Amino acid sequence: MFNWFNKKHENHPDFWKAYEEQFQEKPPAKVSDIRFIVFDTETTGFDYKKDRMLCIGAVTVKQNQIDVSETFEYYLKQEKFNPETVKIHGILQNERIEQISEEEAIRNFLKFIGNSVLVAHHANFDVTMFNAALRRMNLPKLQNRVLDTGTLYRKTRLTSNLIDQNKNYSLDEIAEAYNIDVKDRHTAAGDAFITALAFLKILGRLDKNGNLLFKELTEA
Amino acid sequence: MKNTIAARIADFLKGYPPFSLLNEDQLLAVSGEVKVIYLEKGKPVFKQGEKGHNLFYVVNKGAIALEKMNNSEVEAIDKCDEGDIFGLRPLFARENYLINARADEESIIYGISIENFKPIIEGNFRVADFLMQSFASNTRNPYSSENKGQLVSTIDNSIRQSSTNLFELQPAPITRKVVKVSPTTPIQKVAALMSEKRATAVLVVENDIPQGIITSEVFRDMIAGGNFGIQSSASQIMSSPVICYPKSITIAQAQITMMKHRIRHICITRDGTPNTKVIGILSEHNILVSEGHNPSILMRAIKNSDSTKELKKIRNKVTLLLKGYLENNIPLTHISRIIFELNDATIKRIIERCIKKIPSPPPANFAWLSLGSQGRKEQLLQTDQDNAIIFEDVPSENLEETRNYFLELARKVNKRLNIIGYDYCPVDTMARNSNWCRSLSEWKEHSAKWIDRSGNDELLLSSIFFDYDITYGDVTLSNRLSDHIFENIRDNKRFISFMGATALRNPSPVGFFRQFLVEQNGENKNTFDIKKRAITPITDAGRLLILHHQVKNISNTAERFEKLAQLEPNNKELFLSCSYTSKALLKFRTRQGLLHRDSGRYIQLANLTKEEKMKLKRCFKTIRDVQELIKYRFGISNYM
Repeated sequence: MFNWFNKKHENHPDFWKAYEEQFQEKPPAKVSDIRFIVFDTETTGFDYKKDRMLCIGAVTVKQNQIDVSETFEYYLKQEKFNPETVKIHGILQNERIEQISEEEAIRNFLKFIGNSVLVAHHANFDVTMFNAALRRMNLPKLQNRVLDTGTLYRKTRLTSNLIDQNKNYSLDEIAEAYNIDVKDRHTAAGDAFITALAFLKILGRLDKNGNLLFKELTEA
Repeated sequence: MKNTIAARIADFLKGYPPFSLLNEDQLLAVSGEVKVIYLEKGKPVFKQGEKGHNLFYVVNKGAIALEKMNNSEVEAIDKCDEGDIFGLRPLFARENYLINARADEESIIYGISIENFKPIIEGNFRVADFLMQSFASNTRNPYSSENKGQLVSTIDNSIRQSSTNLFELQPAPITRKVVKVSPTTPIQKVAALMSEKRATAVLVVENDIPQGIITSEVFRDMIAGGNFGIQSSASQIMSSPVICYPKSITIAQAQITMMKHRIRHICITRDGTPNTKVIGILSEHNILVSEGHNPSILMRAIKNSDSTKELKKIRNKVTLLLKGYLENNIPLTHISRIIFELNDATIKRIIERCIKKIPSPPPANFAWLSLGSQGRKEQLLQTDQDNAIIFEDVPSENLEETRNYFLELARKVNKRLNIIGYDYCPVDTMARNSNWCRSLSEWKEHSAKWIDRSGNDELLLSSIFFDYDITYGDVTLSNRLSDHIFENIRDNKRFISFMGATALRNPSPVGFFRQFLVEQNGENKNTFDIKKRAITPITDAGRLLILHHQVKNISNTAERFEKLAQLEPNNKELFLSCSYTSKALLKFRTRQGLLHRDSGRYIQLANLTKEEKMKLKRCFKTIRDVQELIKYRFGISNYM
């Protein structure tokens, strides 16, 4: 379908157009009908301008299931190297694992996610990191709707004055509360898988009858 | 593309047959296609009569119950836990499922694509054989030995009924953790090892081949009897040869063998002869435990348990015991006491084990308090855990270090309690939270604050300290705190009237037209919240009245009212009926919980019989009466 309103973006590459076009569809209202992509990135650091993504891992969640055949795991070629963060993610500069360029990774990722809802733990960081990479390619920001498991987890907790309503929960804390094994922690795919299990458990608590609407999930 | 997740799943699968029979490439290929499925407690995987899925399943975490519907009655067939496979029917036949599979607790299962697995079965006869056997004998169905080769559907119902008692034909429960020593080990070391591991027998082995066995009886006869000196070595006193069997031994066989040879232990070796490697040991005690349903045996099993997984299994038996008691109408006072003791022993055992797991010993004396329903000895079903730690005062420079030790201990204990079935407290009233892990003087200071500035929240907190039970540690610490709190509330009118208002915050549960007040909104809409509307008010009333009499050390609601009946003869009748009401409500909730496999808190009124409703309403009348008494006695208006 030709999009009349996006004329000014006509000079964008085809893969971006194909990605953008999918957002013309009306998204499903019920949470149980939505395809979620739970993802995580490992980066060289926390500076959105200077630092780069090293690895992107993502899994697909639909109807209380994670489909292992629909996972995404790419390691990126690094121009920039920060020895400081190596001890966290363990990825060396010339890692023997197959690496692809940032541009290729982004192309693959956009194709993988389509118009799914993105989910990440402290999603703001990963999304901003990704948008920074898109900007370097002169592309607009991600168009997907985004959920943060940190915020969602807080919703599962009781409303009581006895617990701090604004506490920020780390992925490790949530994993401990839900008895999720923290194997492969700090690999993008491993963290995405842990986040996805946490996300399923959160949905299980918020969506008891399978009738929850997406907009109820995002309400404060 | 590297696939971390598939590798992680493969790593799990390879520990269990038939996946353990696959080569690495096959395993990775299978893992890469797995569907990871999350199930809340009670959610079905498939139902009887449903069309076969294109997947079969492996349990990754949690437990799946297999059941068969018989004239609308649910009959449990089997329970699958970690690593067990189920739902194999579509693999062999284009038929609908003949059983239900349902999550017995919150679970994660892996779905394996049948289409992708079929070529593997065709290429590997051992895999095919294993699946065939599992399917034909309905996996680990205990009655499988007599029904080999038959399918569930063909089992005659009458046989099934009678075979429930054929416990003896089940495979015997083998312990894999065997304490082994070499023939030259000095017997003093053997004895030390036996007490350390709480083992009733050790095997004497050479290269894992059994040479002899040393039991407590051997020590009694050989050493204490004076035949051998204390300097002897293991090989001199051991009984030999060892009676060996393969692991397929049934309970009946084991019992006969033990009787015949007058022994209490059987060694399990790879091929059942004394010439192959030891794989386990079977004791008379294990057999008794697997027979279950006997509180003293369960108690011993809890005290000897060596892993959280084992404790979890014992807990399931405790639930069965509870069910049996309720079915046989054993008095609730008796039931509560036994279940309390078993709960208590379980928590104690977990704490003991966790202390050993931390390399350094506790830096100070401490007390582990169970709060809430376990503290009141009213916890029959496994519900939330509420607990706290008081530790002895230490010099201020060591305070944080000491606290950190106890926080670490608490994290371990809380986690294990969660694994065996006690949910985390939703408001974090748990010892791993630094607010609930304090030194004695910190607690004193803090409780004084609660009492002086009692707003509703603080009051809720302080009421916890009138309903606790010390589960582990130094009882003087908790007594000193109690004394302090009692001292603070003596003649504190404001505090008492605040507590009175709290006791009345949930009005009598029957509305003006004698209908039940049901929940107006939320996920439990239109159900009756028995905890909030009935159990909490009677518990609050009991606590308030007994505190007013300055009586310490009775934390059970029913017992509190019995004591009150003695103290106030003129209100004897009301208090005795309160005592009865608190027991009746607890029994009611427990029954509901066992029936629906939940906490029993939210009751669907439509499912109650007329008689049950009448009974509940009688309880509510008592609640109203005691609330009237409180209103009058403490001069509380309805507006507070």
